[in-house]
Amino acid sequence: MENVVLLAVDGSDGSDRALDHAIARAKQGGAKVVVAYVIEWSPYSFNTPEENATRHKRRETEIERANSEIVAPALTRLQGQGLECDGVVRHGHPAETLIEIAKEFGAAQILIGRRGHSGLKSLLFGSVAGNLIQTAPVPVVVVP
Amino acid sequence: MKRILFFLFTALSIAGPAHAGIDETINNITAPIASFIGTVVFFKVPIAGANLPLVVLWLVIGAVFFTFYMGFINLRGFKHAIALVRGDYADPNSAGEVSHFQALATAVSGTVGIGNIGGVAVAVTVGGAGATFWLIVAGFLGMSTKFVECTLGVKYRNENPDGSVSGGPMYYLTKGFEERGMVGFGKFMGTFYAIGIFIGALGIGNMFQSNQAYVQLNTVAGGALDGYGWLVGLILAAVVFAVIIGGIKSIARVTEKVVPFMAVFYCVFAIIVILMNFASIPAAIGNIFSGAFTGEGVTGGALGALIIGFQRAVFSNEAGIGSASIAHAAVRTDEPVTEGYVSLLEPFIDTIVICTITALVIGTSQVADPNFAGDATGVAMTSAAFERQISWFPVPLAFGALLFAFSTMISWSYYGLKGWTYLFGEDQTLQTIYKLIFCAFVALGCVVQLGPILDISDALVFLICVPNILGLYFLAPVVKREMQAYVAKLESGEIKKFKH
Repeated sequence: MENVVLLAVDGSDGSDRALDHAIARAKQGGAKVVVAYVIEWSPYSFNTPEENATRHKRRETEIERANSEIVAPALTRLQGQGLECDGVVRHGHPAETLIEIAKEFGAAQILIGRRGHSGLKSLLFGSVAGNLIQTAPVPVVVVP
Repeated sequence: MKRILFFLFTALSIAGPAHAGIDETINNITAPIASFIGTVVFFKVPIAGANLPLVVLWLVIGAVFFTFYMGFINLRGFKHAIALVRGDYADPNSAGEVSHFQALATAVSGTVGIGNIGGVAVAVTVGGAGATFWLIVAGFLGMSTKFVECTLGVKYRNENPDGSVSGGPMYYLTKGFEERGMVGFGKFMGTFYAIGIFIGALGIGNMFQSNQAYVQLNTVAGGALDGYGWLVGLILAAVVFAVIIGGIKSIARVTEKVVPFMAVFYCVFAIIVILMNFASIPAAIGNIFSGAFTGEGVTGGALGALIIGFQRAVFSNEAGIGSASIAHAAVRTDEPVTEGYVSLLEPFIDTIVICTITALVIGTSQVADPNFAGDATGVAMTSAAFERQISWFPVPLAFGALLFAFSTMISWSYYGLKGWTYLFGEDQTLQTIYKLIFCAFVALGCVVQLGPILDISDALVFLICVPNILGLYFLAPVVKREMQAYVAKLESGEIKKFKH
């Protein structure tokens, strides 16, 4: 296993704290940080024909926006600290896709910020961190 | 949005006092038009006592030819089609693009409509139980036609400067014939098709749907809506207006999610009703087979049953009409033939599964009580068959029929729009004009009686089969080459599964 950590970001405060943690950890151990953002998407949804016809363009816009607004700022901070880093934006089921990315980059650990949802909200929408803890093949660090 | 509602209410209050007689007037105007178009398109040739419309023969020969020419792709490709829809071959790097599943679901929600509930009843009424057998055969053969047309739809689509795609028969007819040096002929065929799908979208994909939804609502309401077709029509038109012009995606999204659920719900209850009639099952199945070959009590005998079965099957699954290839063209794939594989599941789901189930519900009810439906036809007959066993079922059925009708109208508004934009370009104002016309026809559909509507929409939809299937014959070698190259890549392992 290489010295790579996967940092899952979503632009929230929790994910900023996770970034702080990633910087600290990477500095200590000299790890490379892979910053990943997953756009929630399912191949099994139902769309209108118009939505399908314009899907390709919308996908590109979504990826561009995720890159420029969420991933790029994180990469800038990491680079500012002189750390080796890489960014990934992908569509899919958040936890499953993060695990795939972790495998691809041979990450030894996944870092993720806590959203702090409780009760009904997490029951309804689920928790990416919770899913990861249950299913990831590598240790998961949830940053509070 | 408020302004739109205000407009509609104003229109309603004006139309209100004058409504008496409107239904009848419109009927009187449209009926002769319907009968004229019908006579031209369904030019009949008397064979062995039955009248065979040439256009039905045209479709049957096409479907049989493609089944043989593609080496029974409808059987051989079935397993691979399911693997594709499951996403076994989906490249994770293209996640976020339209998936095979999404394209199939969109196309299916366009084909699974009132035809699956009401059209089957019409088939059984006119063609006897034996029509069901030929309906299934037609569905099976239609799988091959779909395979060819949807492969072509993806292969010859247009990519617009804004990144969206436009595809369908008008594009493969134009470009396919152009490749063979027949530029003028290709343009003519493409234009002919575009005009046909545009007008057909107002019939099969619009008026027929809203009409049958209204009939079912009225049946459930115990006839309380008699003479209020214009009102139901205006309300339906307002909702369609909100989606296709108002861009209120949430309505469309809710429908698209509820429709598959309704389809499953419908099938489950249909199977329950069939099982409740279990004593009649053997006789009902026996009637289907004996009727198919003897055609007892049917005008034109077995051939009459065959004609009706094929006619209704095409009306339901649209194989040979080419409409589904417009929806399938949105998929982004390096291998157009994969979309062909996926699309052959469409007639299977629509005709072989859902229509057959409906036919059995009616068939078993008929065996148990030949007069169960009185003189009801169409959706009302299917509804009566359900009601015999489950007294409250007509209510959710009416709701389901309304949703089926609605989702079919949304899909067809897009098909018609693509015909329109092929003719007049992608100009936004012109597109809005088309959409307004579409909404007007939604309302009109609830006013005209079933007879003329069925005739008009049947005729128009069968008419566009002529250029489409002619094009399919010409381009079938292209599809065959694509298919052989793709199968070779599969066998050599060049195309591999991503999921195991």
